[in-house]
Amino acid sequence: MAGFNFKLIKNPLSKENPITVQVLGICSALAVTAKLQPAVVMAISVTVVVAFSNLIISYLRNTIPPRIRIIVQLVIVSLLVILVDQVLKAFVYDVSKQLSVFVGLIITNCIVMGRLEAFAMSNKPFDSFLDGIGNGLGYAVILITLGVVRELFGSGSLWGYQIIPDSFYEMGYQNNSLMIMPPMALILVGIIIWVHRARNKDLCEK
Amino acid sequence: MQEIINIFVKSIFIDNMIFAFFLGMCSYLAVSKTVKTSMGLGIAVVFVLLITVPLNYIIDNYLLKEGALAWISPKFATIDLSYLSFIIFIAVIAAMVQLVEMFVEKTSPVLYAQLGIFLPLIAVNCAILGASLFMQERQYNNVGEVTAFALGSGIGWLLAIVGIAAIREKLRYSQIPTPLKGLGITFIITGLMAIAFMSFLGIKL
Repeated sequence: MAGFNFKLIKNPLSKENPITVQVLGICSALAVTAKLQPAVVMAISVTVVVAFSNLIISYLRNTIPPRIRIIVQLVIVSLLVILVDQVLKAFVYDVSKQLSVFVGLIITNCIVMGRLEAFAMSNKPFDSFLDGIGNGLGYAVILITLGVVRELFGSGSLWGYQIIPDSFYEMGYQNNSLMIMPPMALILVGIIIWVHRARNKDLCEK
Repeated sequence: MQEIINIFVKSIFIDNMIFAFFLGMCSYLAVSKTVKTSMGLGIAVVFVLLITVPLNYIIDNYLLKEGALAWISPKFATIDLSYLSFIIFIAVIAAMVQLVEMFVEKTSPVLYAQLGIFLPLIAVNCAILGASLFMQERQYNNVGEVTAFALGSGIGWLLAIVGIAAIREKLRYSQIPTPLKGLGITFIITGLMAIAFMSFLGIKL
Protein backbone atom coordinates (compact mmCIF):
# COMPACT_ATOMS: atom_id res chain seq x y z
CA MET A 1 0.00 0.00 0.00
CA ALA A 2 1.64 3.22 -1.20
CA GLY A 3 0.78 5.47 1.71
CA PHE A 4 -2.46 7.18 2.59
CA ASN A 5 -2.93 10.10 0.21
CA PHE A 6 -4.98 12.51 2.30
CA LYS A 7 -5.32 15.05 -0.53
CA LEU A 8 -7.58 12.68 -2.43
CA ILE A 9 -10.19 13.06 0.30
CA LYS A 10 -9.64 16.71 1.11
CA ASN A 11 -9.61 18.26 -2.37
CA PRO A 12 -13.11 17.22 -3.51
CA LEU A 13 -14.61 18.80 -0.38
CA SER A 14 -14.02 22.32 -1.62
CA LYS A 15 -11.47 23.05 -4.37
CA GLU A 16 -12.59 20.24 -6.67
CA ASN A 17 -16.12 19.82 -5.37
CA PRO A 18 -18.00 17.48 -7.73
CA ILE A 19 -21.12 19.64 -7.82
CA THR A 20 -19.99 23.25 -7.76
CA VAL A 21 -16.70 22.93 -9.65
CA GLN A 22 -16.77 19.76 -11.75
CA VAL A 23 -20.55 20.15 -12.44
CA LEU A 24 -21.28 16.44 -12.04
CA GLY A 25 -24.32 14.78 -10.55
CA ILE A 26 -26.61 17.78 -10.46
CA CYS A 27 -29.81 15.90 -11.24
CA SER A 28 -30.09 13.92 -8.05
CA ALA A 29 -28.61 16.69 -5.89
CA LEU A 30 -31.58 18.91 -6.67
CA ALA A 31 -34.37 16.39 -6.65
CA VAL A 32 -33.86 14.67 -3.31
CA THR A 33 -33.08 17.65 -1.07
CA ALA A 34 -36.55 18.91 -0.18
CA LYS A 35 -36.11 17.08 3.16
CA LEU A 36 -32.95 16.33 5.13
CA GLN A 37 -33.43 12.60 5.65
CA PRO A 38 -33.63 11.52 1.98
CA ALA A 39 -30.70 13.83 1.23
CA VAL A 40 -28.50 12.06 3.79
CA VAL A 41 -29.57 8.59 2.63
CA MET A 42 -28.89 9.58 -0.99
CA ALA A 43 -25.48 11.00 -0.10
CA ILE A 44 -24.48 7.77 1.67
CA SER A 45 -25.71 5.61 -1.23
CA VAL A 46 -23.81 7.65 -3.81
CA THR A 47 -20.62 7.58 -1.72
CA VAL A 48 -20.82 3.80 -1.42
CA VAL A 49 -21.45 3.33 -5.14
CA VAL A 50 -18.70 5.73 -6.25
CA ALA A 51 -16.11 4.29 -3.88
CA PHE A 52 -16.73 0.63 -4.72
CA SER A 53 -17.17 1.10 -8.47
CA ASN A 54 -13.90 3.06 -8.50
CA LEU A 55 -12.24 0.20 -6.62
CA ILE A 56 -13.57 -2.54 -8.91
CA ILE A 57 -12.92 -0.67 -12.17
CA SER A 58 -9.44 0.22 -11.00
CA TYR A 59 -8.64 -3.46 -10.41
CA LEU A 60 -9.97 -4.31 -13.87
CA ARG A 61 -8.55 -1.28 -15.66
CA ASN A 62 -5.83 -3.17 -17.54
CA THR A 63 -8.13 -5.93 -18.76
CA ILE A 64 -11.06 -3.85 -20.06
CA PRO A 65 -10.88 -3.29 -23.84
CA PRO A 66 -11.15 0.49 -24.39
CA ARG A 67 -13.88 0.19 -27.05
CA ILE A 68 -16.45 -1.38 -24.76
CA ARG A 69 -15.40 0.25 -21.50
CA ILE A 70 -18.61 2.30 -21.14
CA ILE A 71 -20.76 -0.85 -21.22
CA VAL A 72 -18.48 -2.62 -18.73
CA GLN A 73 -18.61 0.39 -16.41
CA LEU A 74 -22.40 0.61 -16.70
CA VAL A 75 -22.82 -3.07 -15.85
CA ILE A 76 -20.61 -2.85 -12.75
CA VAL A 77 -22.28 0.35 -11.57
CA SER A 78 -25.77 -1.05 -12.10
CA LEU A 79 -24.89 -4.16 -10.10
CA LEU A 80 -23.81 -1.97 -7.17
CA VAL A 81 -26.94 0.18 -7.52
CA ILE A 82 -29.19 -2.88 -7.48
CA LEU A 83 -27.50 -3.94 -4.23
CA VAL A 84 -27.97 -0.47 -2.71
CA ASP A 85 -31.60 -0.38 -3.85
CA GLN A 86 -32.39 -3.76 -2.29
CA VAL A 87 -30.71 -2.73 0.99
CA LEU A 88 -32.66 0.54 1.10
CA LYS A 89 -35.93 -1.27 0.37
CA ALA A 90 -35.22 -3.73 3.18
CA PHE A 91 -34.13 -1.31 5.92
CA VAL A 92 -35.52 2.17 5.20
CA TYR A 93 -38.57 1.49 3.05
CA ASP A 94 -40.19 4.94 3.57
CA VAL A 95 -37.11 6.83 2.40
CA SER A 96 -36.69 4.46 -0.52
CA LYS A 97 -40.28 5.30 -1.59
CA GLN A 98 -39.52 9.04 -1.37
CA LEU A 99 -36.35 8.71 -3.41
CA SER A 100 -38.35 6.73 -6.02
CA VAL A 101 -36.52 6.72 -9.36
CA PHE A 102 -33.50 8.60 -8.10
CA VAL A 103 -31.89 5.50 -6.59
CA GLY A 104 -31.93 3.90 -10.03
CA LEU A 105 -30.60 7.08 -11.53
CA ILE A 106 -27.35 6.73 -9.55
CA ILE A 107 -26.37 4.49 -12.50
CA THR A 108 -26.32 7.46 -14.84
CA ASN A 109 -25.17 9.89 -12.16
CA CYS A 110 -22.38 11.81 -13.81
CA ILE A 111 -20.25 11.69 -10.64
CA VAL A 112 -19.91 7.93 -10.92
CA MET A 113 -19.12 7.84 -14.65
CA GLY A 114 -17.01 10.98 -14.46
CA ARG A 115 -14.75 9.69 -11.68
CA LEU A 116 -14.46 6.28 -13.34
CA GLU A 117 -13.29 7.86 -16.59
CA ALA A 118 -11.15 10.57 -15.07
CA PHE A 119 -9.55 8.75 -12.17
CA ALA A 120 -10.14 5.00 -11.76
CA MET A 121 -9.13 4.11 -15.33
CA SER A 122 -5.60 5.41 -14.74
CA ASN A 123 -4.87 5.01 -11.01
CA LYS A 124 -4.17 2.34 -8.41
CA PRO A 125 -7.10 0.64 -6.62
CA PHE A 126 -6.54 2.09 -3.16
CA ASP A 127 -6.11 5.66 -4.45
CA SER A 128 -9.24 5.24 -6.56
CA PHE A 129 -11.17 4.05 -3.52
CA LEU A 130 -10.09 7.16 -1.58
CA ASP A 131 -10.97 9.36 -4.54
CA GLY A 132 -14.44 7.78 -4.59
CA ILE A 133 -14.94 8.44 -0.87
CA GLY A 134 -13.67 12.03 -1.23
CA ASN A 135 -16.00 12.81 -4.11
CA GLY A 136 -18.90 11.16 -2.34
CA LEU A 137 -18.27 13.35 0.69
CA GLY A 138 -17.97 16.47 -1.48
CA TYR A 139 -21.36 15.58 -2.93
CA ALA A 140 -22.71 14.94 0.57
CA VAL A 141 -21.65 18.40 1.81
CA ILE A 142 -23.74 20.15 -0.85
CA LEU A 143 -26.69 17.78 -0.45
CA ILE A 144 -26.81 18.23 3.32
CA THR A 145 -26.51 22.02 3.08
CA LEU A 146 -29.39 22.10 0.60
CA GLY A 147 -31.40 19.66 2.68
CA VAL A 148 -30.99 21.68 5.88
CA VAL A 149 -31.87 25.03 4.27
CA ARG A 150 -34.82 23.71 2.31
CA GLU A 151 -36.36 21.69 5.14
CA LEU A 152 -35.76 24.37 7.79
CA PHE A 153 -37.33 27.21 5.82
CA GLY A 154 -39.76 25.12 3.79
CA SER A 155 -41.32 22.96 6.51
CA GLY A 156 -39.92 24.46 9.72
CA SER A 157 -38.38 21.15 10.76
CA LEU A 158 -35.19 19.09 10.54
CA TRP A 159 -35.10 15.30 10.09
CA GLY A 160 -38.88 15.40 10.58
CA TYR A 161 -38.69 17.11 14.01
CA GLN A 162 -40.18 20.57 14.36
CA ILE A 163 -37.48 23.21 14.95
CA ILE A 164 -39.27 26.52 14.62
CA PRO A 165 -41.36 26.91 17.80
CA ASP A 166 -45.14 27.26 17.75
CA SER A 167 -44.92 30.75 19.25
CA PHE A 168 -43.31 31.97 15.99
CA TYR A 169 -46.27 30.71 14.00
CA GLU A 170 -48.67 32.44 16.43
CA MET A 171 -46.81 35.70 15.78
CA GLY A 172 -47.55 35.31 12.08
CA TYR A 173 -44.46 33.44 10.85
CA GLN A 174 -45.14 31.42 7.71
CA ASN A 175 -43.24 28.55 6.12
CA ASN A 176 -41.87 29.49 2.72
CA SER A 177 -43.48 26.78 0.62
CA LEU A 178 -41.48 27.86 -2.44
CA MET A 179 -38.44 26.32 -0.68
CA ILE A 180 -39.74 22.79 -1.12
CA MET A 181 -40.69 23.40 -4.78
CA PRO A 182 -38.16 22.49 -7.52
CA PRO A 183 -37.24 26.07 -8.67
CA MET A 184 -35.80 27.08 -5.33
CA ALA A 185 -33.33 24.16 -5.41
CA LEU A 186 -31.87 25.54 -8.64
CA ILE A 187 -31.62 29.06 -7.27
CA LEU A 188 -30.01 27.84 -4.02
CA VAL A 189 -27.37 25.89 -5.93
CA GLY A 190 -26.72 29.03 -7.97
CA ILE A 191 -26.20 30.99 -4.76
CA ILE A 192 -23.91 28.30 -3.28
CA ILE A 193 -21.78 28.44 -6.45
CA TRP A 194 -21.71 32.24 -6.22
CA VAL A 195 -20.48 32.23 -2.61
CA HIS A 196 -18.00 29.44 -3.27
CA ARG A 197 -16.47 31.24 -6.26
CA ALA A 198 -16.43 34.60 -4.55
CA ARG A 199 -14.22 33.04 -1.85
CA ASN A 200 -12.00 31.17 -4.33
CA LYS A 201 -11.22 33.74 -7.00
CA ASP A 202 -9.25 31.31 -9.16
CA LEU A 203 -12.42 29.30 -9.88
CA CYS A 204 -14.22 32.19 -11.63
CA GLU A 205 -14.93 31.85 -15.34
CA LYS A 206 -13.13 34.24 -17.72
CA MET B 1 -57.55 9.27 -27.53
CA GLN B 2 -58.23 12.08 -25.08
CA GLU B 3 -56.21 10.26 -22.43
CA ILE B 4 -53.21 10.13 -24.78
CA ILE B 5 -53.36 13.86 -25.53
CA ASN B 6 -53.62 14.58 -21.80
CA ILE B 7 -50.49 12.56 -21.07
CA PHE B 8 -48.67 14.25 -23.94
CA VAL B 9 -49.45 17.81 -22.79
CA LYS B 10 -48.87 16.93 -19.15
CA SER B 11 -45.40 15.52 -19.79
CA ILE B 12 -44.35 18.58 -21.81
CA PHE B 13 -45.45 21.30 -19.44
CA ILE B 14 -46.41 20.06 -15.98
CA ASP B 15 -44.02 17.14 -15.47
CA ASN B 16 -41.25 18.79 -17.46
CA MET B 17 -38.08 16.68 -17.26
CA ILE B 18 -35.80 19.61 -16.41
CA PHE B 19 -37.96 21.98 -14.43
CA ALA B 20 -39.87 19.48 -12.31
CA PHE B 21 -37.44 16.54 -12.00
CA PHE B 22 -34.01 17.95 -12.93
CA LEU B 23 -33.28 15.01 -15.23
CA GLY B 24 -30.48 15.38 -17.74
CA MET B 25 -29.08 18.45 -16.00
CA CYS B 26 -25.46 17.52 -16.75
CA SER B 27 -25.77 17.68 -20.51
CA TYR B 28 -28.29 20.52 -20.17
CA LEU B 29 -25.60 22.66 -18.53
CA ALA B 30 -22.72 21.47 -20.69
CA VAL B 31 -24.26 21.73 -24.16
CA SER B 32 -26.47 24.83 -23.81
CA LYS B 33 -23.91 27.39 -24.95
CA THR B 34 -25.37 27.93 -28.42
CA VAL B 35 -28.87 27.37 -29.82
CA LYS B 36 -27.63 25.29 -32.75
CA THR B 37 -25.86 22.55 -30.79
CA SER B 38 -28.57 22.45 -28.12
CA MET B 39 -31.17 21.90 -30.86
CA GLY B 40 -29.09 18.96 -32.13
CA LEU B 41 -28.86 17.37 -28.71
CA GLY B 42 -32.56 18.03 -28.03
CA ILE B 43 -33.63 16.27 -31.22
CA ALA B 44 -31.32 13.35 -30.44
CA VAL B 45 -32.93 13.03 -26.99
CA VAL B 46 -36.47 13.04 -28.42
CA PHE B 47 -35.41 10.40 -30.95
CA VAL B 48 -33.81 8.05 -28.42
CA LEU B 49 -36.62 8.48 -25.86
CA LEU B 50 -39.19 7.63 -28.51
CA ILE B 51 -37.43 4.32 -29.20
CA THR B 52 -36.23 3.19 -25.76
CA VAL B 53 -39.22 3.98 -23.53
CA PRO B 54 -41.84 1.93 -25.45
CA LEU B 55 -39.27 -0.87 -25.86
CA ASN B 56 -38.56 -0.92 -22.14
CA TYR B 57 -42.32 -0.86 -21.46
CA ILE B 58 -42.76 -3.99 -23.55
CA ILE B 59 -39.82 -5.71 -21.83
CA ASP B 60 -41.09 -4.71 -18.40
CA ASN B 61 -44.61 -5.95 -19.08
CA TYR B 62 -43.78 -9.25 -20.73
CA LEU B 63 -40.58 -10.26 -18.94
CA LEU B 64 -39.86 -8.48 -15.67
CA LYS B 65 -43.05 -7.64 -13.77
CA GLU B 66 -44.52 -9.99 -11.19
CA GLY B 67 -46.58 -12.50 -13.13
CA ALA B 68 -45.38 -11.15 -16.47
CA LEU B 69 -43.97 -14.49 -17.50
CA ALA B 70 -47.39 -16.16 -17.29
CA TRP B 71 -47.71 -16.03 -21.09
CA ILE B 72 -45.00 -18.71 -21.38
CA SER B 73 -46.53 -21.11 -18.93
CA PRO B 74 -48.77 -20.73 -15.85
CA LYS B 75 -45.95 -22.21 -13.78
CA PHE B 76 -44.00 -18.96 -14.08
CA ALA B 77 -46.86 -16.76 -12.85
CA THR B 78 -45.29 -16.15 -9.44
CA ILE B 79 -41.85 -15.09 -10.68
CA ASP B 80 -40.94 -11.44 -10.05
CA LEU B 81 -37.84 -10.25 -11.89
CA SER B 82 -38.36 -6.54 -11.31
CA TYR B 83 -35.11 -6.25 -9.31
CA LEU B 84 -33.35 -6.77 -12.63
CA SER B 85 -35.01 -3.77 -14.23
CA PHE B 86 -32.15 -1.26 -13.70
CA ILE B 87 -29.57 -3.41 -15.44
CA ILE B 88 -31.92 -4.46 -18.26
CA PHE B 89 -33.08 -0.89 -18.91
CA ILE B 90 -29.57 0.52 -19.08
CA ALA B 91 -28.46 -2.35 -21.32
CA VAL B 92 -31.38 -1.73 -23.69
CA ILE B 93 -30.60 1.99 -23.74
CA ALA B 94 -26.90 1.51 -24.43
CA ALA B 95 -27.59 -1.07 -27.13
CA MET B 96 -30.32 1.03 -28.80
CA VAL B 97 -28.12 4.13 -28.83
CA GLN B 98 -25.41 2.10 -30.57
CA LEU B 99 -27.93 0.71 -33.09
CA VAL B 100 -29.51 4.09 -33.77
CA GLU B 101 -26.07 5.55 -34.33
CA MET B 102 -25.15 2.88 -36.89
CA PHE B 103 -28.56 3.10 -38.58
CA VAL B 104 -28.45 6.88 -38.91
CA GLU B 105 -24.87 6.74 -40.17
CA LYS B 106 -25.87 4.37 -43.01
CA THR B 107 -29.18 5.93 -43.99
CA SER B 108 -28.82 9.67 -43.53
CA PRO B 109 -25.31 11.14 -43.49
CA VAL B 110 -26.74 14.67 -43.13
CA LEU B 111 -28.62 13.78 -39.95
CA TYR B 112 -25.59 11.83 -38.72
CA ALA B 113 -23.35 14.86 -39.12
CA GLN B 114 -25.77 16.83 -36.96
CA LEU B 115 -26.56 14.20 -34.30
CA GLY B 116 -23.41 12.10 -34.49
CA ILE B 117 -21.37 13.61 -31.70
CA PHE B 118 -24.34 13.74 -29.32
CA LEU B 119 -25.58 10.18 -29.66
CA PRO B 120 -22.89 8.46 -27.52
CA LEU B 121 -23.40 11.10 -24.82
CA ILE B 122 -27.05 10.17 -24.59
CA ALA B 123 -26.50 6.65 -23.24
CA VAL B 124 -25.51 8.20 -19.92
CA ASN B 125 -28.05 11.04 -19.95
CA CYS B 126 -30.24 10.70 -16.86
CA ALA B 127 -33.31 11.90 -18.77
CA ILE B 128 -33.34 8.71 -20.85
CA LEU B 129 -33.04 6.23 -17.97
CA GLY B 130 -35.26 8.48 -15.85
CA ALA B 131 -38.07 8.34 -18.40
CA SER B 132 -37.92 4.53 -18.41
CA LEU B 133 -38.03 4.41 -14.61
CA PHE B 134 -40.94 6.87 -14.45
CA MET B 135 -42.74 4.76 -17.03
CA GLN B 136 -42.35 1.77 -14.72
CA GLU B 137 -43.48 3.71 -11.66
CA ARG B 138 -46.53 5.45 -13.16
CA GLN B 139 -48.10 2.31 -14.62
CA TYR B 140 -49.46 3.39 -17.98
CA ASN B 141 -52.13 1.24 -19.57
CA ASN B 142 -50.87 0.63 -23.10
CA VAL B 143 -48.10 1.32 -25.58
CA GLY B 144 -49.93 4.35 -27.01
CA GLU B 145 -49.89 6.17 -23.67
CA VAL B 146 -46.24 5.28 -23.13
CA THR B 147 -45.29 6.62 -26.55
CA ALA B 148 -47.16 9.86 -25.86
CA PHE B 149 -45.31 10.16 -22.54
CA ALA B 150 -41.94 9.56 -24.22
CA LEU B 151 -42.59 12.07 -26.99
CA GLY B 152 -43.91 14.67 -24.54
CA SER B 153 -40.94 14.33 -22.17
CA GLY B 154 -38.53 14.59 -25.09
CA ILE B 155 -40.19 17.73 -26.43
CA GLY B 156 -40.28 19.24 -22.95
CA TRP B 157 -36.55 18.64 -22.60
CA LEU B 158 -35.91 20.12 -26.06
CA LEU B 159 -37.93 23.23 -25.18
CA ALA B 160 -35.99 23.72 -21.97
CA ILE B 161 -32.52 23.36 -23.47
CA VAL B 162 -33.24 25.55 -26.50
CA GLY B 163 -34.77 28.18 -24.21
CA ILE B 164 -31.76 28.34 -21.88
CA ALA B 165 -29.33 28.32 -24.83
CA ALA B 166 -31.07 31.35 -26.35
CA ILE B 167 -30.89 33.18 -23.02
CA ARG B 168 -27.22 32.27 -22.55
CA GLU B 169 -26.35 33.63 -25.99
CA LYS B 170 -27.76 37.00 -24.93
CA LEU B 171 -26.20 36.81 -21.45
CA ARG B 172 -22.72 36.88 -22.92
CA TYR B 173 -23.12 40.63 -23.45
CA SER B 174 -24.54 41.51 -20.06
CA GLN B 175 -22.72 42.58 -16.93
CA ILE B 176 -22.75 39.88 -14.28
CA PRO B 177 -20.68 39.79 -11.06
CA THR B 178 -17.56 37.73 -11.89
CA PRO B 179 -18.13 34.87 -9.40
CA LEU B 180 -21.66 34.41 -10.75
CA LYS B 181 -20.60 34.20 -14.39
CA GLY B 182 -21.22 31.01 -16.32
CA LEU B 183 -22.53 28.27 -14.07
CA GLY B 184 -24.04 30.34 -11.25
CA ILE B 185 -26.21 32.57 -13.38
CA THR B 186 -27.33 29.60 -15.49
CA PHE B 187 -28.66 27.92 -12.37
CA ILE B 188 -30.49 31.01 -11.20
CA ILE B 189 -32.07 31.57 -14.62
CA THR B 190 -33.12 27.93 -14.82
CA GLY B 191 -34.76 28.44 -11.44
CA LEU B 192 -36.65 31.47 -12.75
CA MET B 193 -37.74 29.51 -15.84
CA ALA B 194 -38.92 26.73 -13.55
CA ILE B 195 -41.04 29.24 -11.60
CA ALA B 196 -42.59 30.29 -14.90
CA PHE B 197 -43.34 26.66 -15.75
CA MET B 198 -44.96 26.21 -12.32
CA SER B 199 -47.84 28.34 -13.55
CA PHE B 200 -48.92 25.35 -15.64
CA LEU B 201 -49.54 23.42 -12.40
CA GLY B 202 -53.00 24.93 -12.11
CA ILE B 203 -54.19 23.37 -15.37
CA LYS B 204 -56.59 20.50 -14.75
CA LEU B 205 -56.58 17.95 -17.52
